[in-house]
Amino acid sequence: MSGATVYGLCSAALVGLGLFGLIVHPEPLRKILAFNLIGGGVFLLFGVVARKGAAAGFGGDPVPQALVITGLVVAFAATALAVGLLIRLSQEADVQPRSRMDSQP
Amino acid sequence: MPDTATAGGFLPVLAIVLPVAGVLLSLALGGRQAERVALALMPIGLAVAVAIAVGVWRTHNVLQYLVGSWDPPLGVAFRADGLSAAMLVATALLVCGIGLFARDQFSSPERLEARAPFVFWTLLLAVWGALNAVFVGGDLFNLYVALELLTFAAVPLVSLDGRAETMAAALRYLLFALFGSILYLLGAVLFYGAYGTLDIVLLSGRIRAEPTAWAAISLMTAGLLAKAALYPFHLWLPPAHAGAPAAASAILSGLVVKAPFFLVIRLWFDIMPRMPQPAAAQVLGVLGAAAIVVGSIVALRQARLKLLIAYSTVAQIGYLFLVFPLAVKPETGHPWGTFAWTGGVLQALSHAFAKAAMFMAAGLIAEALGHDRIAGLAGIGRALPITVFAFGLGGLSLMACRPAAALARKRCCWRRQSRKASGGGL
Repeated sequence: MSGATVYGLCSAALVGLGLFGLIVHPEPLRKILAFNLIGGGVFLLFGVVARKGAAAGFGGDPVPQALVITGLVVAFAATALAVGLLIRLSQEADVQPRSRMDSQP
Repeated sequence: MPDTATAGGFLPVLAIVLPVAGVLLSLALGGRQAERVALALMPIGLAVAVAIAVGVWRTHNVLQYLVGSWDPPLGVAFRADGLSAAMLVATALLVCGIGLFARDQFSSPERLEARAPFVFWTLLLAVWGALNAVFVGGDLFNLYVALELLTFAAVPLVSLDGRAETMAAALRYLLFALFGSILYLLGAVLFYGAYGTLDIVLLSGRIRAEPTAWAAISLMTAGLLAKAALYPFHLWLPPAHAGAPAAASAILSGLVVKAPFFLVIRLWFDIMPRMPQPAAAQVLGVLGAAAIVVGSIVALRQARLKLLIAYSTVAQIGYLFLVFPLAVKPETGHPWGTFAWTGGVLQALSHAFAKAAMFMAAGLIAEALGHDRIAGLAGIGRALPITVFAFGLGGLSLMACRPAAALARKRCCWRRQSRKASGGGL
Protein backbone atom coordinates (compact mmCIF):
# COMPACT_ATOMS: atom_id res chain seq x y z
CA MET A 1 0.00 0.00 0.00
CA SER A 2 1.60 3.24 -1.12
CA GLY A 3 1.72 6.42 0.90
CA ALA A 4 -0.79 8.10 -1.36
CA THR A 5 -3.31 5.33 -0.73
CA VAL A 6 -2.92 5.63 3.04
CA TYR A 7 -3.43 9.38 2.90
CA GLY A 8 -6.37 8.94 0.57
CA LEU A 9 -8.03 6.54 3.01
CA CYS A 10 -7.29 8.95 5.87
CA SER A 11 -8.95 11.78 3.99
CA ALA A 12 -11.96 9.60 3.24
CA ALA A 13 -12.23 8.75 6.95
CA LEU A 14 -12.01 12.45 7.89
CA VAL A 15 -14.70 13.40 5.40
CA GLY A 16 -16.91 10.57 6.66
CA LEU A 17 -16.46 11.54 10.32
CA GLY A 18 -17.11 15.19 9.55
CA LEU A 19 -20.20 14.41 7.53
CA PHE A 20 -21.51 12.25 10.39
CA GLY A 21 -20.89 15.05 12.88
CA LEU A 22 -22.48 17.66 10.64
CA ILE A 23 -25.66 15.65 10.25
CA VAL A 24 -26.00 14.13 13.73
CA HIS A 25 -25.06 16.94 16.12
CA PRO A 26 -27.65 19.65 16.65
CA GLU A 27 -25.29 22.20 18.28
CA PRO A 28 -24.04 24.82 15.80
CA LEU A 29 -20.49 24.87 17.22
CA ARG A 30 -20.14 21.13 16.72
CA LYS A 31 -21.47 21.54 13.18
CA ILE A 32 -18.84 24.20 12.50
CA LEU A 33 -16.11 21.92 13.84
CA ALA A 34 -17.44 19.04 11.75
CA PHE A 35 -17.32 21.28 8.69
CA ASN A 36 -13.66 21.93 9.45
CA LEU A 37 -13.07 18.19 9.77
CA ILE A 38 -14.53 17.64 6.28
CA GLY A 39 -12.39 20.52 5.07
CA GLY A 40 -9.29 18.82 6.51
CA GLY A 41 -10.17 15.65 4.66
CA VAL A 42 -10.69 17.48 1.38
CA PHE A 43 -7.41 19.37 1.69
CA LEU A 44 -5.60 16.11 2.46
CA LEU A 45 -7.14 14.73 -0.73
CA PHE A 46 -5.65 17.70 -2.59
CA GLY A 47 -2.24 16.60 -1.27
CA VAL A 48 -2.84 13.05 -2.47
CA VAL A 49 -3.81 14.35 -5.91
CA ALA A 50 -0.66 16.48 -6.02
CA ARG A 51 1.39 13.41 -5.17
CA LYS A 52 -0.33 11.38 -7.85
CA GLY A 53 0.67 14.04 -10.37
CA ALA A 54 4.27 13.27 -9.43
CA ALA A 55 3.94 10.04 -11.38
CA ALA A 56 4.23 12.17 -14.55
CA GLY A 57 7.89 12.77 -13.75
CA PHE A 58 7.67 15.94 -11.66
CA GLY A 59 8.43 16.12 -7.98
CA GLY A 60 4.81 17.00 -7.34
CA ASP A 61 1.93 18.73 -9.07
CA PRO A 62 1.97 22.39 -7.98
CA VAL A 63 -1.61 23.23 -9.02
CA PRO A 64 -3.37 21.36 -6.17
CA GLN A 65 -1.02 23.08 -3.71
CA ALA A 66 -2.11 26.46 -4.98
CA LEU A 67 -5.72 25.34 -4.73
CA VAL A 68 -5.23 24.13 -1.15
CA ILE A 69 -3.96 27.53 -0.06
CA THR A 70 -7.00 29.25 -1.55
CA GLY A 71 -9.27 26.61 -0.07
CA LEU A 72 -7.76 27.05 3.38
CA VAL A 73 -8.29 30.79 3.24
CA VAL A 74 -11.92 30.33 2.20
CA ALA A 75 -12.56 27.71 4.88
CA PHE A 76 -10.94 29.94 7.49
CA ALA A 77 -13.10 32.89 6.47
CA ALA A 78 -16.19 30.69 6.52
CA THR A 79 -15.39 29.42 10.01
CA ALA A 80 -14.73 32.95 11.25
CA LEU A 81 -18.05 34.15 9.85
CA ALA A 82 -19.95 31.21 11.36
CA VAL A 83 -18.32 31.60 14.78
CA GLY A 84 -18.91 35.36 14.69
CA LEU A 85 -22.58 34.82 13.94
CA LEU A 86 -22.79 32.22 16.71
CA ILE A 87 -21.23 34.61 19.26
CA ARG A 88 -23.62 37.41 18.29
CA LEU A 89 -26.50 34.98 18.49
CA SER A 90 -25.60 33.83 22.01
CA GLN A 91 -25.16 37.46 23.14
CA GLU A 92 -28.52 38.32 21.61
CA ALA A 93 -30.08 35.33 23.36
CA ASP A 94 -28.71 36.48 26.75
CA VAL A 95 -29.90 40.04 26.40
CA GLN A 96 -33.58 40.47 25.61
CA PRO A 97 -34.03 40.64 21.84
CA ARG A 98 -33.63 44.18 20.57
CA SER A 99 -35.77 45.19 17.70
CA ARG A 100 -33.38 47.06 15.41
CA MET A 101 -29.77 47.11 14.45
CA ASP A 102 -29.52 50.90 14.76
CA SER A 103 -28.83 50.56 18.46
CA GLN A 104 -25.60 48.78 17.60
CA PRO A 105 -22.34 50.71 17.14
CA MET B 1 -11.24 27.33 -29.64
CA PRO B 2 -10.74 26.78 -25.91
CA ASP B 3 -7.27 28.28 -25.84
CA THR B 4 -7.66 31.68 -27.42
CA ALA B 5 -8.96 34.92 -26.03
CA THR B 6 -11.68 36.50 -28.16
CA ALA B 7 -12.33 40.11 -29.03
CA GLY B 8 -14.49 41.64 -26.36
CA GLY B 9 -13.21 39.02 -23.94
CA PHE B 10 -12.46 41.74 -21.42
CA LEU B 11 -16.20 42.36 -20.94
CA PRO B 12 -16.86 39.30 -18.71
CA VAL B 13 -13.91 40.32 -16.57
CA LEU B 14 -15.23 43.87 -16.38
CA ALA B 15 -18.56 42.48 -15.17
CA ILE B 16 -16.74 41.03 -12.15
CA VAL B 17 -14.24 43.83 -11.60
CA LEU B 18 -16.79 46.67 -11.53
CA PRO B 19 -18.85 45.52 -8.52
CA VAL B 20 -15.75 44.35 -6.65
CA ALA B 21 -14.13 47.74 -7.22
CA GLY B 22 -17.35 49.28 -5.92
CA VAL B 23 -17.12 47.22 -2.72
CA LEU B 24 -13.53 48.29 -2.16
CA LEU B 25 -14.38 51.91 -2.91
CA SER B 26 -17.28 51.82 -0.44
CA LEU B 27 -15.05 50.38 2.24
CA ALA B 28 -12.43 53.04 1.59
CA LEU B 29 -14.83 55.98 1.41
CA GLY B 30 -16.88 54.91 4.42
CA GLY B 31 -20.50 54.54 5.29
CA ARG B 32 -22.32 57.41 3.70
CA GLN B 33 -20.76 57.04 0.26
CA ALA B 34 -21.67 53.37 -0.16
CA GLU B 35 -25.13 54.22 -1.49
CA ARG B 36 -23.78 56.69 -4.05
CA VAL B 37 -21.09 54.26 -5.22
CA ALA B 38 -23.63 51.48 -5.64
CA LEU B 39 -26.14 53.65 -7.48
CA ALA B 40 -23.44 55.07 -9.77
CA LEU B 41 -22.15 51.60 -10.66
CA MET B 42 -25.56 50.15 -11.48
CA PRO B 43 -26.06 51.72 -14.93
CA ILE B 44 -22.44 50.97 -15.85
CA GLY B 45 -22.83 47.34 -14.82
CA LEU B 46 -26.07 47.10 -16.77
CA ALA B 47 -24.33 48.53 -19.85
CA VAL B 48 -21.54 45.95 -19.52
CA ALA B 49 -24.06 43.12 -19.23
CA VAL B 50 -25.94 44.35 -22.29
CA ALA B 51 -22.66 44.70 -24.19
CA ILE B 52 -21.83 41.08 -23.37
CA ALA B 53 -25.25 39.95 -24.55
CA VAL B 54 -24.90 41.92 -27.79
CA GLY B 55 -21.40 40.54 -28.31
CA VAL B 56 -22.53 36.94 -27.85
CA TRP B 57 -25.59 37.56 -30.05
CA ARG B 58 -23.57 39.13 -32.89
CA THR B 59 -20.66 36.72 -33.03
CA HIS B 60 -22.71 33.60 -32.16
CA ASN B 61 -19.70 32.64 -30.16
CA VAL B 62 -18.39 32.54 -26.64
CA LEU B 63 -16.64 35.63 -25.28
CA GLN B 64 -13.50 34.33 -23.65
CA TYR B 65 -10.76 35.87 -21.57
CA LEU B 66 -7.64 34.06 -20.37
CA VAL B 67 -6.24 35.50 -17.17
CA GLY B 68 -2.60 36.44 -17.72
CA SER B 69 -2.74 34.80 -21.17
CA TRP B 70 -2.13 31.42 -19.57
CA ASP B 71 -3.97 28.66 -21.41
CA PRO B 72 -6.08 26.20 -19.46
CA PRO B 73 -5.39 23.76 -17.80
CA LEU B 74 -2.72 25.91 -16.18
CA GLY B 75 -4.52 29.20 -16.54
CA VAL B 76 -8.04 30.26 -15.70
CA ALA B 77 -10.57 31.18 -18.38
CA PHE B 78 -13.63 33.40 -18.12
CA ARG B 79 -16.29 32.59 -20.68
CA ALA B 80 -19.61 34.21 -21.43
CA ASP B 81 -21.95 32.14 -23.59
CA GLY B 82 -25.60 32.76 -24.36
CA LEU B 83 -26.82 31.40 -21.04
CA SER B 84 -24.31 33.49 -19.10
CA ALA B 85 -25.30 36.58 -21.06
CA ALA B 86 -28.98 36.06 -20.30
CA MET B 87 -28.28 35.60 -16.60
CA LEU B 88 -25.92 38.60 -16.53
CA VAL B 89 -28.49 40.92 -18.09
CA ALA B 90 -31.26 39.67 -15.82
CA THR B 91 -29.05 40.09 -12.77
CA ALA B 92 -28.03 43.60 -13.75
CA LEU B 93 -31.65 44.63 -14.39
CA LEU B 94 -32.79 43.18 -11.08
CA VAL B 95 -29.96 44.73 -9.12
CA CYS B 96 -30.82 48.12 -10.64
CA GLY B 97 -34.49 47.67 -9.77
CA ILE B 98 -33.77 46.52 -6.24
CA GLY B 99 -31.33 49.41 -5.82
CA LEU B 100 -34.01 51.92 -6.78
CA PHE B 101 -36.45 50.24 -4.40
CA ALA B 102 -33.97 50.12 -1.55
CA ARG B 103 -33.15 53.83 -1.73
CA ASP B 104 -36.20 54.37 0.43
CA GLN B 105 -35.45 51.80 3.06
CA PHE B 106 -31.68 52.08 3.19
CA SER B 107 -31.00 55.71 2.39
CA SER B 108 -28.04 56.92 4.41
CA PRO B 109 -28.90 59.57 6.99
CA GLU B 110 -27.31 62.96 6.41
CA ARG B 111 -24.81 63.18 9.22
CA LEU B 112 -24.76 59.90 11.06
CA GLU B 113 -22.95 56.88 9.75
CA ALA B 114 -25.55 54.14 9.98
CA ARG B 115 -24.50 50.56 9.82
CA ALA B 116 -27.42 48.83 8.15
CA PRO B 117 -27.43 51.00 4.96
CA PHE B 118 -23.66 50.73 4.59
CA VAL B 119 -23.74 46.96 4.99
CA PHE B 120 -26.68 46.64 2.61
CA TRP B 121 -25.20 48.66 -0.26
CA THR B 122 -21.76 47.09 0.06
CA LEU B 123 -23.19 43.59 0.17
CA LEU B 124 -25.53 44.32 -2.74
CA LEU B 125 -22.46 45.06 -4.86
CA ALA B 126 -20.66 42.02 -3.42
CA VAL B 127 -23.59 39.73 -4.31
CA TRP B 128 -23.64 41.20 -7.79
CA GLY B 129 -19.91 40.64 -8.32
CA ALA B 130 -20.09 37.09 -6.98
CA LEU B 131 -23.08 36.26 -9.19
CA ASN B 132 -21.29 37.60 -12.25
CA ALA B 133 -18.24 35.53 -11.31
CA VAL B 134 -20.45 32.43 -11.13
CA PHE B 135 -22.04 33.19 -14.50
CA VAL B 136 -18.80 33.72 -16.43
CA GLY B 137 -16.47 31.36 -14.54
CA GLY B 138 -14.92 28.66 -16.70
CA ASP B 139 -12.95 26.84 -14.03
CA LEU B 140 -14.51 24.60 -11.37
CA PHE B 141 -12.29 25.84 -8.56
CA ASN B 142 -12.83 29.44 -9.53
CA LEU B 143 -16.54 28.73 -9.42
CA TYR B 144 -16.10 27.32 -5.91
CA VAL B 145 -14.53 30.58 -4.79
CA ALA B 146 -17.31 32.55 -6.50
CA LEU B 147 -19.95 30.44 -4.74
CA GLU B 148 -18.30 31.04 -1.39
CA LEU B 149 -18.13 34.76 -2.05
CA LEU B 150 -21.82 34.67 -2.86
CA THR B 151 -22.56 32.86 0.42
CA PHE B 152 -20.49 35.27 2.46
CA ALA B 153 -22.25 38.21 0.86
CA ALA B 154 -25.73 36.71 1.15
CA VAL B 155 -25.64 35.45 4.74
CA PRO B 156 -25.21 38.86 6.42
CA LEU B 157 -28.07 40.20 4.28
CA VAL B 158 -30.37 37.78 6.10
CA SER B 159 -29.49 39.12 9.54
CA LEU B 160 -29.37 42.78 8.54
CA ASP B 161 -31.77 43.85 11.28
CA GLY B 162 -29.78 42.02 13.97
CA ARG B 163 -32.70 40.27 15.66
CA ALA B 164 -31.94 36.92 17.28
CA GLU B 165 -34.34 35.00 15.06
CA THR B 166 -32.90 36.36 11.81
CA MET B 167 -29.40 35.63 13.06
CA ALA B 168 -30.43 32.06 13.82
CA ALA B 169 -31.81 31.85 10.27
CA ALA B 170 -28.56 33.28 8.90
CA LEU B 171 -26.50 30.75 10.85
CA ARG B 172 -28.63 27.90 9.59
CA TYR B 173 -28.29 29.20 6.03
CA LEU B 174 -24.53 29.46 6.45
CA LEU B 175 -24.23 25.91 7.78
CA PHE B 176 -26.24 24.51 4.86
CA ALA B 177 -24.19 26.56 2.42
CA LEU B 178 -20.90 25.41 3.93
CA PHE B 179 -22.06 21.80 3.75
CA GLY B 180 -22.89 22.36 0.10
CA SER B 181 -19.66 24.08 -0.82
CA ILE B 182 -17.41 21.54 0.85
CA LEU B 183 -19.15 18.72 -1.04
CA TYR B 184 -18.70 20.74 -4.23
CA LEU B 185 -15.00 21.16 -3.47
CA LEU B 186 -14.63 17.42 -2.80
CA GLY B 187 -16.12 16.71 -6.22
CA ALA B 188 -13.81 19.24 -7.83
CA VAL B 189 -10.75 17.53 -6.27
CA LEU B 190 -11.89 14.18 -7.60
CA PHE B 191 -12.26 15.69 -11.08
CA TYR B 192 -8.78 17.18 -10.89
CA GLY B 193 -7.31 13.91 -9.63
CA ALA B 194 -8.91 11.91 -12.41
CA TYR B 195 -8.52 14.22 -15.40
CA GLY B 196 -5.85 16.75 -14.46
CA THR B 197 -7.93 19.82 -15.25
CA LEU B 198 -10.70 21.90 -13.76
CA ASP B 199 -11.48 23.81 -16.93
CA ILE B 200 -15.06 23.10 -18.03
CA VAL B 201 -14.31 22.86 -21.77
CA LEU B 202 -11.24 20.66 -21.34
CA LEU B 203 -13.06 18.51 -18.80
CA SER B 204 -15.98 17.90 -21.14
CA GLY B 205 -13.50 16.57 -23.71
CA ARG B 206 -11.68 14.26 -21.30
CA ILE B 207 -14.47 12.91 -19.15
CA ARG B 208 -15.42 9.25 -19.42
CA ALA B 209 -18.27 7.26 -17.93
CA GLU B 210 -16.45 5.77 -14.96
CA PRO B 211 -16.99 5.63 -11.19
CA THR B 212 -14.71 8.60 -10.41
CA ALA B 213 -16.64 10.90 -12.70
CA TRP B 214 -19.96 9.73 -11.27
CA ALA B 215 -18.77 10.16 -7.69
CA ALA B 216 -17.41 13.62 -8.44
CA ILE B 217 -20.47 14.90 -10.23
CA SER B 218 -22.84 13.38 -7.66
CA LEU B 219 -20.98 15.08 -4.81
CA MET B 220 -20.94 18.41 -6.63
CA THR B 221 -24.63 18.16 -7.51
CA ALA B 222 -25.60 17.25 -3.95
CA GLY B 223 -23.63 20.22 -2.66
CA LEU B 224 -25.25 22.57 -5.14
CA LEU B 225 -28.71 21.23 -4.28
CA ALA B 226 -28.10 22.15 -0.65
CA LYS B 227 -27.25 25.67 -1.76
CA ALA B 228 -30.16 25.88 -4.17
CA ALA B 229 -32.59 24.66 -1.46
CA LEU B 230 -34.08 21.85 -3.51
CA TYR B 231 -36.62 19.81 -1.57
CA PRO B 232 -34.82 17.76 1.07
CA PHE B 233 -32.42 20.68 1.64
CA HIS B 234 -35.04 23.43 1.66
CA LEU B 235 -35.28 23.86 5.43
CA TRP B 236 -32.99 26.88 5.64
CA LEU B 237 -34.69 28.93 2.94
CA PRO B 238 -38.06 30.08 4.35
CA PRO B 239 -36.82 31.57 7.66
CA ALA B 240 -33.82 33.17 5.93
CA HIS B 241 -35.74 34.70 3.03
CA ALA B 242 -38.75 35.71 5.09
CA GLY B 243 -36.73 37.27 7.89
CA ALA B 244 -34.54 39.48 5.72
CA PRO B 245 -35.57 43.07 4.88
CA ALA B 246 -37.69 43.24 1.71
CA ALA B 247 -34.93 44.44 -0.62
CA ALA B 248 -32.56 41.77 0.70
CA SER B 249 -35.24 39.06 0.33
CA ALA B 250 -35.69 40.10 -3.28
CA ILE B 251 -31.98 39.59 -3.97
CA LEU B 252 -31.81 36.32 -2.06
CA SER B 253 -34.93 34.76 -3.53
CA GLY B 254 -34.67 36.21 -7.02
CA LEU B 255 -30.96 35.88 -7.69
CA VAL B 256 -28.85 34.09 -5.11
CA VAL B 257 -30.58 30.69 -5.36
CA LYS B 258 -30.22 30.84 -9.16
CA ALA B 259 -26.43 30.64 -9.00
CA PRO B 260 -26.24 27.03 -7.76
CA PHE B 261 -29.01 26.07 -10.20
CA PHE B 262 -26.95 27.65 -12.99
CA LEU B 263 -23.95 25.58 -11.92
CA VAL B 264 -25.99 22.36 -11.90
CA ILE B 265 -26.95 23.19 -15.48
CA ARG B 266 -23.29 23.80 -16.32
CA LEU B 267 -22.29 20.48 -14.78
CA TRP B 268 -24.91 18.31 -16.42
CA PHE B 269 -25.27 20.01 -19.78
CA ASP B 270 -21.75 21.35 -20.39
CA ILE B 271 -19.44 18.83 -18.76
CA MET B 272 -21.50 15.67 -19.06
CA PRO B 273 -23.31 15.93 -22.40
CA ARG B 274 -21.74 12.83 -23.89
CA MET B 275 -22.56 10.53 -21.04
CA PRO B 276 -25.75 8.53 -20.53
CA GLN B 277 -27.56 10.28 -17.72
CA PRO B 278 -31.35 9.68 -17.79
CA ALA B 279 -31.33 8.04 -14.36
CA ALA B 280 -29.65 11.03 -12.71
CA ALA B 281 -31.98 13.42 -14.50
CA GLN B 282 -34.95 11.41 -13.22
CA VAL B 283 -33.67 11.73 -9.66
CA LEU B 284 -33.39 15.50 -10.02
CA GLY B 285 -36.84 15.60 -11.58
CA VAL B 286 -38.38 13.58 -8.75
CA LEU B 287 -36.81 15.87 -6.16
CA GLY B 288 -38.12 18.85 -8.12
CA ALA B 289 -41.63 17.38 -8.23
CA ALA B 290 -41.51 16.69 -4.49
CA ALA B 291 -40.37 20.28 -3.91
CA ILE B 292 -43.33 21.59 -5.92
CA VAL B 293 -45.86 19.54 -3.95
CA VAL B 294 -44.37 20.08 -0.48
CA GLY B 295 -43.50 23.74 -1.06
CA SER B 296 -46.94 24.58 -2.42
CA ILE B 297 -48.86 22.77 0.32
CA VAL B 298 -46.78 24.32 3.10
CA ALA B 299 -47.05 27.73 1.43
CA LEU B 300 -50.83 27.52 1.52
CA ARG B 301 -50.75 26.87 5.26
CA GLN B 302 -48.67 29.94 6.12
CA ALA B 303 -50.17 32.75 8.14
CA ARG B 304 -47.60 35.38 7.12
CA LEU B 305 -47.24 36.83 3.66
CA LYS B 306 -43.44 36.76 3.47
CA LEU B 307 -43.27 33.15 4.62
CA LEU B 308 -45.86 32.25 2.00
CA ILE B 309 -43.71 33.83 -0.72
CA ALA B 310 -40.62 32.10 0.65
CA TYR B 311 -42.29 28.69 0.53
CA SER B 312 -43.46 29.48 -2.97
CA THR B 313 -39.79 29.94 -3.83
CA VAL B 314 -39.17 26.39 -2.59
CA ALA B 315 -41.87 25.16 -4.99
CA GLN B 316 -40.53 27.27 -7.88
CA ILE B 317 -37.04 25.87 -7.40
CA GLY B 318 -38.65 22.48 -7.87
CA TYR B 319 -40.02 23.67 -11.22
CA LEU B 320 -36.50 24.73 -12.22
CA PHE B 321 -35.17 21.24 -11.64
CA LEU B 322 -37.91 19.67 -13.77
CA VAL B 323 -35.87 20.85 -16.73
CA PHE B 324 -33.41 17.99 -16.22
CA PRO B 325 -35.64 15.00 -17.00
CA LEU B 326 -37.39 17.00 -19.73
CA ALA B 327 -34.32 18.27 -21.57
CA VAL B 328 -32.16 15.17 -21.38
CA LYS B 329 -31.82 13.46 -24.71
CA PRO B 330 -30.55 9.92 -24.52
CA GLU B 331 -30.01 9.94 -28.29
CA THR B 332 -27.26 12.02 -29.86
CA GLY B 333 -27.41 15.76 -29.99
CA HIS B 334 -27.17 18.56 -27.50
CA PRO B 335 -29.98 19.29 -25.08
CA TRP B 336 -29.64 23.04 -25.67
CA GLY B 337 -31.93 23.06 -28.66
CA THR B 338 -34.88 21.47 -26.93
CA PHE B 339 -37.98 23.38 -25.94
CA ALA B 340 -37.66 22.20 -22.38
CA TRP B 341 -34.19 23.64 -22.02
CA THR B 342 -35.26 27.04 -23.27
CA GLY B 343 -38.30 26.77 -21.04
CA GLY B 344 -36.19 25.99 -18.00
CA VAL B 345 -33.99 29.01 -18.51
CA LEU B 346 -36.99 31.26 -19.15
CA GLN B 347 -38.52 29.91 -15.96
CA ALA B 348 -35.39 30.82 -14.00
CA LEU B 349 -35.38 34.35 -15.40
CA SER B 350 -39.10 35.01 -15.01
CA HIS B 351 -39.07 33.62 -11.48
CA ALA B 352 -36.21 35.96 -10.62
CA PHE B 353 -38.21 39.03 -11.68
CA ALA B 354 -41.57 37.85 -10.36
CA LYS B 355 -40.29 36.77 -6.97
CA ALA B 356 -38.26 39.94 -6.49
CA ALA B 357 -41.36 42.00 -7.32
CA MET B 358 -43.47 39.99 -4.87
CA PHE B 359 -41.00 40.34 -2.02
CA MET B 360 -40.66 44.08 -2.57
CA ALA B 361 -44.44 44.50 -2.72
CA ALA B 362 -44.80 42.40 0.44
CA GLY B 363 -42.23 44.64 2.08
CA LEU B 364 -44.26 47.74 1.22
CA ILE B 365 -47.45 46.10 2.47
CA ALA B 366 -45.79 45.12 5.73
CA GLU B 367 -44.46 48.65 6.10
CA ALA B 368 -47.89 50.18 5.50
CA LEU B 369 -49.75 47.84 7.84
CA GLY B 370 -47.05 47.21 10.41
CA HIS B 371 -47.52 43.45 10.02
CA ASP B 372 -47.81 40.91 7.21
CA ARG B 373 -50.39 38.50 8.59
CA ILE B 374 -52.48 37.29 5.68
CA ALA B 375 -55.68 37.31 7.76
CA GLY B 376 -55.24 41.06 8.37
CA LEU B 377 -54.68 42.07 4.74
CA ALA B 378 -58.32 42.86 3.93
CA GLY B 379 -58.73 46.19 2.14
CA ILE B 380 -55.03 46.56 1.34
CA GLY B 381 -55.88 46.81 -2.36
CA ARG B 382 -57.58 50.15 -1.74
CA ALA B 383 -54.78 51.49 0.44
CA LEU B 384 -51.86 50.47 -1.81
CA PRO B 385 -53.33 49.83 -5.27
CA ILE B 386 -50.05 49.97 -7.24
CA THR B 387 -48.21 47.75 -4.78
CA VAL B 388 -50.93 45.13 -4.78
CA PHE B 389 -51.07 45.35 -8.57
CA ALA B 390 -47.32 44.63 -8.76
CA PHE B 391 -47.75 41.77 -6.31
CA GLY B 392 -50.55 40.36 -8.43
CA LEU B 393 -48.53 40.72 -11.61
CA GLY B 394 -45.70 38.77 -10.00
CA GLY B 395 -48.12 36.06 -8.96
CA LEU B 396 -49.71 35.92 -12.39
CA SER B 397 -46.29 35.66 -13.98
CA LEU B 398 -45.48 32.68 -11.75
CA MET B 399 -48.84 31.14 -12.66
CA ALA B 400 -47.97 31.60 -16.34
CA CYS B 401 -50.79 33.96 -17.29
CA ARG B 402 -50.89 35.28 -20.80
CA PRO B 403 -48.51 38.18 -21.32
CA ALA B 404 -45.90 36.71 -19.02
CA ALA B 405 -42.71 35.06 -20.11
CA ALA B 406 -43.60 32.22 -17.81
CA LEU B 407 -46.37 31.21 -20.21
CA ALA B 408 -43.80 30.58 -22.89
CA ARG B 409 -41.76 28.37 -20.63
CA LYS B 410 -44.71 26.39 -19.36
CA ARG B 411 -45.75 25.79 -22.94
CA CYS B 412 -42.22 24.67 -23.75
CA CYS B 413 -42.27 22.25 -20.84
CA TRP B 414 -45.70 20.91 -21.69
CA ARG B 415 -44.85 20.37 -25.30
CA ARG B 416 -41.74 18.48 -24.41
CA GLN B 417 -43.51 16.53 -21.72
CA SER B 418 -46.37 15.46 -23.94
CA ARG B 419 -43.94 14.37 -26.61
CA LYS B 420 -41.98 12.36 -24.13
CA ALA B 421 -45.14 10.86 -22.70
CA SER B 422 -46.38 9.85 -26.11
CA GLY B 423 -43.03 8.27 -26.86
CA GLY B 424 -43.17 6.37 -23.59
CA GLY B 425 -40.09 8.18 -22.38
CA LEU B 426 -41.41 9.50 -19.11
